[in-house]
Amino acid sequence: MSSPEIAGGKGSGRPRVGLFATCLVDLFRPETGFAAARLIEAAGCDVDVPESQTCCGQPAYNSGDREDAKAIARQVVETFEGFDYVVVPSGSCAATLSRHYPELLADDPAFARRAEALAAKTFELTAFLYDVMGITKVKARFAGSVTYHDACSGLRELSIQKQPRELLQSVEGLTLTEMTDPDVCCGFGGTFCVKYPEISNAIVTKKAATIAASGAETLVAGDLGCLMNMAGKLSRDGRKVRARHVAEVLADMGEGPAIGEAK
Amino acid sequence: MSLHITSPAFKENAVDALANVDLQQALAHVERGFIHKRQAAVDALPEFEALRREAKAIKDHTLAHLDLYLEAFEENALKAGAEVHFAETAEDARQAVLEICRRVGAKTVTKGKSMISEEIGLNTFLEASDIVPVETDLGEYIIQLRGETPSHIIAPAVHVTRSQVEADFRRVHTHLDPERDLTEPVSLLSEARAALREKFLAADVGITGANFLVVETGSSVIVTNEGNGDLTQILPRVHIVIASLEKLVPNLEDVSTLLRVLARSATGQEMSVYTTFSTGPRRPGDPDGPEETHIVILDNGRSEMLADEYREMLRCIRCGACMNHCPVYHAIGGHAYGATYVGPMGAVLAPALFGLEHTANLPNASTFCGRCESVCPVGIPLPKLMRHWREREYERHLKPATERSGLALWAFLARRPKLYRLATRIGLAALSPFGRKGRFAWLPLAGGWTRHRDLPAPAAKSFVAQWKARS
Amino acid sequence: MEGPLVSAAEREDRRRAAVFGKVRRALAGEGEGEARREAVRERLSRHKANVIPARGQVDGESRVALFAEMAEKVSATVERIASPEDLPEAVAEYLRAKNLPSALRMGADARLRDLPWQKAPQIELKHGPSDGHDLATLSHAFAGVAETGTLYLVSGEDNPTSLNFLPEHHLVVIAASDIAGDYEAVWAELRARAEKEGLPRTVNLITGPSRSADIEQTLLLGAHGPRALHIFVVGKG
Repeated sequence: MSSPEIAGGKGSGRPRVGLFATCLVDLFRPETGFAAARLIEAAGCDVDVPESQTCCGQPAYNSGDREDAKAIARQVVETFEGFDYVVVPSGSCAATLSRHYPELLADDPAFARRAEALAAKTFELTAFLYDVMGITKVKARFAGSVTYHDACSGLRELSIQKQPRELLQSVEGLTLTEMTDPDVCCGFGGTFCVKYPEISNAIVTKKAATIAASGAETLVAGDLGCLMNMAGKLSRDGRKVRARHVAEVLADMGEGPAIGEAK
Repeated sequence: MSLHITSPAFKENAVDALANVDLQQALAHVERGFIHKRQAAVDALPEFEALRREAKAIKDHTLAHLDLYLEAFEENALKAGAEVHFAETAEDARQAVLEICRRVGAKTVTKGKSMISEEIGLNTFLEASDIVPVETDLGEYIIQLRGETPSHIIAPAVHVTRSQVEADFRRVHTHLDPERDLTEPVSLLSEARAALREKFLAADVGITGANFLVVETGSSVIVTNEGNGDLTQILPRVHIVIASLEKLVPNLEDVSTLLRVLARSATGQEMSVYTTFSTGPRRPGDPDGPEETHIVILDNGRSEMLADEYREMLRCIRCGACMNHCPVYHAIGGHAYGATYVGPMGAVLAPALFGLEHTANLPNASTFCGRCESVCPVGIPLPKLMRHWREREYERHLKPATERSGLALWAFLARRPKLYRLATRIGLAALSPFGRKGRFAWLPLAGGWTRHRDLPAPAAKSFVAQWKARS
Repeated sequence: MEGPLVSAAEREDRRRAAVFGKVRRALAGEGEGEARREAVRERLSRHKANVIPARGQVDGESRVALFAEMAEKVSATVERIASPEDLPEAVAEYLRAKNLPSALRMGADARLRDLPWQKAPQIELKHGPSDGHDLATLSHAFAGVAETGTLYLVSGEDNPTSLNFLPEHHLVVIAASDIAGDYEAVWAELRARAEKEGLPRTVNLITGPSRSADIEQTLLLGAHGPRALHIFVVGKG
């Protein structure tokens, strides 16, 4: 396991960023992880991917299992607190670290302040690029029209709305075509989608229809969970829209198979 | 007598709701109507955010001093000539109402729209006591004809289509000429207006809820658009207000602030048509108004909320914005919740009032999209409070065993990075040969997902492993 | 179980004590008693206004114009009248234009009763509260609020509350000088009046004619209350 102290090459002057890939990217979509790393490096940072990362604990936290959520939170704090920044290619997992860990660990004398400190330097990927590193343009090409879905946690807990759109607008060849109600939930909701599959399906059915109605060829969003839900519905409904994580498009890695396509 | 709670069958209710063509047609109006009207009203008032912050502060202050405000309200209401009755439970409230009705020999009572009345099951109770309750809000009247409960806290009949209303009217208003055209809402409204006008004039007692109880003046306030609440309280000899204890607001300035956020959040109106402040019974020389005014103040579990993390829920001013913006409510409507209060506010309130063991589905049936909190005029952190219910559910072992063990396994691995790496490596390798198409149309244990959508295939090797191999 | 020997008054006292006991216990952690009492006394006596939207903070004719604009936006109709003397003819004209019988009910308000009704002799005037069969009634507003085009009507012999809700057409007279910018200004006036005569039993804030959207979210006027609200603004702002 690489230690953060070594990873950044101390004294290089470049911020050292711990990339928290999220469990879904780790297991389902490594391309997104590599795209995120490329963007962070291009923004002038050194990137490390600590091997001891697992999951942010959201499934436990949102299912009422506070004790497991706390244990996972402590472990994430320990793994990532040595970095200058923690960057997460997911609004929902970033919000778990930055908005919910401080509340979860508030009563833990050994961790309360450390959780606050971690929260203060944790950012969702596009917010990190745009708000922290001041990147407003990327060097990337992507031919075609793209529609952007505002994943709920990123939008409402972290105010991510302008950043990905501005960055997408700078991609050569890309046309941003807004869908109706891009800020309406896709029905994923973590464990919600398997616990209440019929309701989730009703919500994502509507979402898939509005995505298709936008006329865009590609659906882009900042959260893999939502993307898998929408991509899975679009393909089941036989719609031609492809789905990608926003990082892939911004990192000029939008050529490979889209989510759910054969490799 | 207890209320009929169908929340334990929430999942089945939801499946039925999704298959109900009339309901789905009716629900489309919620999404189209309320959301855009609210946004337009908010955009038209630059001070809206500042007013929301103040509205929240007013409620927080009042709740933190509720004992003192209750004392002061009681004193001022008595001074104005009203009688104040306290009710610890729903049964106490029903009895208090019945005692008044019996004493004045009431045969018919007209009713303004009141969620408290629904919460305590007042209509069924009055009927069992040989008193005829007549709902006068058009939406409430419609659902009373249909033998239903409200499916929305401000638009009780939002689940009904106009052709269903027509059929109900023809069934009940038997004097109707079959030739008369009732296909348009306006003709339905005229019919209801004519039918209810007689009831208003004949009623012995009028029962309304209250949007606010003003401590400074001892007044009750109702906010309506139809005028039915006013006819209910000025025409009969006796006016009974039923309200829960968190309705108190210190003074008229505070009410003004709350009014500025209430209608905008609810229907997108700047102000509802009728906002009525009633203070005691009619005065000497008054030509109209009730001779007696009674105010029944209901606790029913709220004092316990005051003591714990659910106190924030007591800020609720019942605007309905949370359900108007809820994707789950849009999908299934209100009846599936099965516990009087519906949507996000119901998912937090119902467990506190009716017990978590009956209602645990409700706080779980949320994607936590947070849109409810973002439009709440008094800043109630609805997702957070729903999560607290899930925590209590988990602590009390109320979760189904399969769900619990699945989550436990995941948490077990997530807490052990080395084991997690090993397990995911084995898992990914095992799945890899089956995912060549890039997605699964079916996968064991993932039926909840793959029944309705494809599952993108996992990677052959995890990102972390690939990253390590690269560097 | 409460036995039959427990009187109604005792039952009431028990219920009251139970509720207060629970609320007080729930708030036991809220701090020192006297400070809390002082906070409540202050809040109830100082009547401090919260944020008041800038919209209504205009004077004179602009305020009247805003009032009219907001009232019309919610489907009220507004007519400017130079002097109260002109009202009888204006009312007659309204009834004629709406094809209504020449009949009108009003309360004992001297500002209405003493108008030169002989100028419109065809109008049959009725007085007192409504029996539910009046097509048109006339009230005098206590005040108006420009911010939302809202009328304040107060109960009493002068302007019975039933006149506000039972007719098909509600005609309301308001002096331009009685239009305030915001609700807070009207509450201050009502408080001043309450010092002398007590707060009226009913204060109606009326913003447009009655409506319902309970059937398929279709907005319809005249649900139970008036289908039409016609406001005569008298004089200059």
